[in-house]
Amino acid sequence: MQKILITTNLLNWFTEPLQYGFLVQAIWVSAFVGLVCAVLSCYITLKGWSLMGDAISHAVVPGVVVAYAMNIPFAIGAFAFGFGATVAIGYIKSNTRLKEDAVIGIVFTGFFAFGLVLVTKIPSNIDLFHILFGNVLGISGEDIIQTLIAGIITLVVILLRRKDLLLFCFDSNHAKAIGLNTQMMYYTLLCVLALTIVAALQTVGIILVISMLVTPGSIGYLLSDRFEYMLIISVISSVFSSVFGTYLSYHLDVSTGGSIVVLLTFLFVLAMIFAPKYGILVQQLRKRTNQGCEVL
Amino acid sequence: MSAITPSLNITVDNLSVTYNNAKLALYNASCTVEAGSITALVGPNGCGKSTLFKSIMGFLSPSQGRVLVGGTSVKKAQKRQWMAYVPQADEVDWNFPVSVFDVVMMGRYGYMNLLRIPSAKDKRLVMESLERVGMSEFRNHQIGELSGGQKKRAFLARALAQEGKVILLDEPFTGVDVKTEKRMIDLMIQLREEGHTILVSTHDLMSISTFCDRTILLNRTILASGTTEETFTEENLEMTFGGLPVANYRNVEFRM
Repeated sequence: MQKILITTNLLNWFTEPLQYGFLVQAIWVSAFVGLVCAVLSCYITLKGWSLMGDAISHAVVPGVVVAYAMNIPFAIGAFAFGFGATVAIGYIKSNTRLKEDAVIGIVFTGFFAFGLVLVTKIPSNIDLFHILFGNVLGISGEDIIQTLIAGIITLVVILLRRKDLLLFCFDSNHAKAIGLNTQMMYYTLLCVLALTIVAALQTVGIILVISMLVTPGSIGYLLSDRFEYMLIISVISSVFSSVFGTYLSYHLDVSTGGSIVVLLTFLFVLAMIFAPKYGILVQQLRKRTNQGCEVL
Repeated sequence: MSAITPSLNITVDNLSVTYNNAKLALYNASCTVEAGSITALVGPNGCGKSTLFKSIMGFLSPSQGRVLVGGTSVKKAQKRQWMAYVPQADEVDWNFPVSVFDVVMMGRYGYMNLLRIPSAKDKRLVMESLERVGMSEFRNHQIGELSGGQKKRAFLARALAQEGKVILLDEPFTGVDVKTEKRMIDLMIQLREEGHTILVSTHDLMSISTFCDRTILLNRTILASGTTEETFTEENLEMTFGGLPVANYRNVEFRM
């Protein structure tokens, strides 16, 4: 009897929210964004571009405001400023003696601050809170289309160029040696990174998007030695967190972006501790057995 | 197949390289790596060996001068898959989630279509290259699981799969045991017989005279260049290694 009750309760937990159109919509949009971010995060973590993702995500803010003022889709403005920031970073880095992390820090805060100034000066109905933390429950049909376009372009580009991009992440010198255009790969990867951030703007917001771009890939990296498996694990953990995070946010009445990222981080902690080969637990055990050997 | 086409030489013409911090890494370097030879590039740490290598490979652009491979520009040579490079061990991310097979297959990308789908020929050449360096049984290992010598052999297999006519090896013997070193030298000699041009940068003065036809001595600029017998004089070595205790290397001469 009790068993049945629990089962129905559990079933209700999943089916009850589905009667609300906006929630169904939020769930599949989150899942889609989770998928796009997860695919890209494998490349970003391997290339070591997490900071670059952080930079682009903050730099899109003035773009959103400018797009509103000019009455064009927010995605275009956001992409232009996000990509513009990376060009600025590349230019300053190669023309001054500053190190990359300093340049990134200067440029993205500069863009972000400019965005703050614009938001408070230009009269608009932009809610800064929604840009910062996402608003997938209140996402408009128009915004969904923009998210879908940005996400699909990213997926198609990666699908077509996946091997070259992986080679570029692994050994760009060899890519150059066999006559490939590494400059173009650099910009291709930056472009899809900016597009992904635009796609994720509405779901988790610019502050938390960096988690979606780093954590899934890191989970895959801890659990696997093969890129294909890393990709699959990354996608599963990201889509799972996105879907269940949205459920959780409904049931607990908490921030959607927040619960998605909390779930994702929880999965990361599990992977970090229990990963069969690179987990902390296994490595501690290995250390202990090795020490035992030394004593013998 | 490589033996049919003629060997290619490398001409370095008045090359100077300045880095961002305005430091002159290399100045007025001119030398020729003879076609179909094994040439050693020798000099102390920080003498510009890697800079010269990177300029020849087209990884950095010189502030002055030019490099020609087989009479054409490096860029064209790269497009024709002439240039193969075996990197130093510390230039590679050994934790990267790729297998030995994947790495060797990367040598074939230049021959594939844009989607990089390997043909039967690509797969065959990858297997043959792995066989040649004795790494077939390790093909499914993640690259970080290999020993120092195996790592070198895996990247040498990539150069073989690429069918490059000019092969540059940057410090191939660091972190490698004597047996692997011997094996790699044998393979280089074989490759020379097949018409490849090989340039090796090395610290290992002892082994140079055993397999290098020619030697280039470098310290910021080319100090001497010619056959190993001609170049390996005490005077030249002293000039190249400056304040270093060159006397230690003297026995090299007696071995020749």
